[in-house]
Amino acid sequence: MPDVKKTCLYDSHVRLNARMEEFAGYWMPIVYTSIPEEHKAVREKVGMFDVSHMGEILVKGKDALAFVDHVFTNEITSKPVGKVVYGMFLYPNGTIVDDLLVYKKSDTECLLVVNASNIAKDYEWIIDATEGFEVVISNQSDDISEIALQGPLAEASMRHIFDLDLSNLEFFTFTEGSLFGVKMLISRTGYTGEDGFEIYGPAPAIAEIWEAFLSHGVIPCGLGARDTLRFEAALPLYGHEISDTITPLEAGFKLFVRMDKPDFIGKSQLEQDLALGLSRKLVGFELKTMAIPRQGYPLYLGNREVGHITTGYLSITLGKPIAMALVSTDVAKNGSELEVLIRNKRIPGVVRDKKFLSKNYKK
Amino acid sequence: MSKVPMNLFYARTHEWVKVEGNVALVGITDFAQHQLGSVVFVDLPEIGSVLKQNKEFGAVESVKAASDLMSPVSGKVIEQNDEVVGDPEQVNRDPYNSWFIKIEMSDPKELDALLKPNEYEEISR
Repeated sequence: MPDVKKTCLYDSHVRLNARMEEFAGYWMPIVYTSIPEEHKAVREKVGMFDVSHMGEILVKGKDALAFVDHVFTNEITSKPVGKVVYGMFLYPNGTIVDDLLVYKKSDTECLLVVNASNIAKDYEWIIDATEGFEVVISNQSDDISEIALQGPLAEASMRHIFDLDLSNLEFFTFTEGSLFGVKMLISRTGYTGEDGFEIYGPAPAIAEIWEAFLSHGVIPCGLGARDTLRFEAALPLYGHEISDTITPLEAGFKLFVRMDKPDFIGKSQLEQDLALGLSRKLVGFELKTMAIPRQGYPLYLGNREVGHITTGYLSITLGKPIAMALVSTDVAKNGSELEVLIRNKRIPGVVRDKKFLSKNYKK
Repeated sequence: MSKVPMNLFYARTHEWVKVEGNVALVGITDFAQHQLGSVVFVDLPEIGSVLKQNKEFGAVESVKAASDLMSPVSGKVIEQNDEVVGDPEQVNRDPYNSWFIKIEMSDPKELDALLKPNEYEEISR
């Protein structure tokens, strides 16, 4: 695999004996010690992730805010500078190009943070949508590295290690501050359901910050734990809960789709879908007996196939098998009894809400 | 380097077999447990089930994925290891004491088709 890229923390991962696998064109650490240990470090103390593979696309110009509001399901124009907003890009047919965070840096500049696996596709799609807008788009993914520091002790770690008081930084806002003399962007965001920060900056400084965290006992965590953590918090992953065959309304993310905006790409299809009623819905699912539901396993009501698992695990925090699943609307009610097919066996389960555990975000 | 005890037979699909008279104890190798990562669940056949050599008989599941277990010999399941069922991570800590099932072999000559320790070492580097 000659074209697989390395993040600036690659050498550290190898030194820490991580299991390295190719993910979205990068060599990424999957696990350092064990997924349950890393998972628990984030739930109970503090862990960190190399997420330098994430994509960063800068939108600059007179029409930056209007343009972002044209391509983005959520709303950015009315928000204050310093706000982070979650939402999606949609195709005209209402299905999802990608999900992303928008960082409002000024009234003429937004940073879009997108999934690593979708960087090239997103960049092309954005460029195609710029006609009529005075904006300059630049893909900065290769110049920006990123660490996610996550867990209840994240704020204390930042104070202790960098003498940086972030107690006033609200959830889903960011600040630009100096770490080791280098300007970094720090947001109170994450993908674990815990309090924490995402730190963006140039490679050498990110590598230095990583080493500082390591020497202070912050537990390095791989993509394996990142997935078990985001799953328990019912956060979607592109290619699983959301994709180019699912709309955000089906996936239950109406909260991040501002149907009251004058327009955005995909809006008219979503209006039609709402008028007709949705045929599928993303739900939580809990097994009644021990087995592990995995992505793609089909769900049945009697002999009728009514959907499939999008992500499932033996939950590390709860110790029981739970899943998210995309099912026909008529069986999507809580309490609905379905069966999941696992190795040719029908395992009974029940539809439930997706609040698998309460999130510990900064209030 | 993963451990390959000298007193066992091995399947290409990374199960080990310990022979006690007419009975085969079956588990997964050190190499396999390392590849899988934290084992969280083993799905085993009921006692009395009849297994065929090289056919799937259950699964071992790590946090991330399920892997089929293939029966290294034919025969009848006479016992499950309840300790491993109750504490699957034992497979990671001590793979060669964590047998899954005992099979009463119907054709012990099938053992000839399995790998010797030195042959298994070759394929599990």
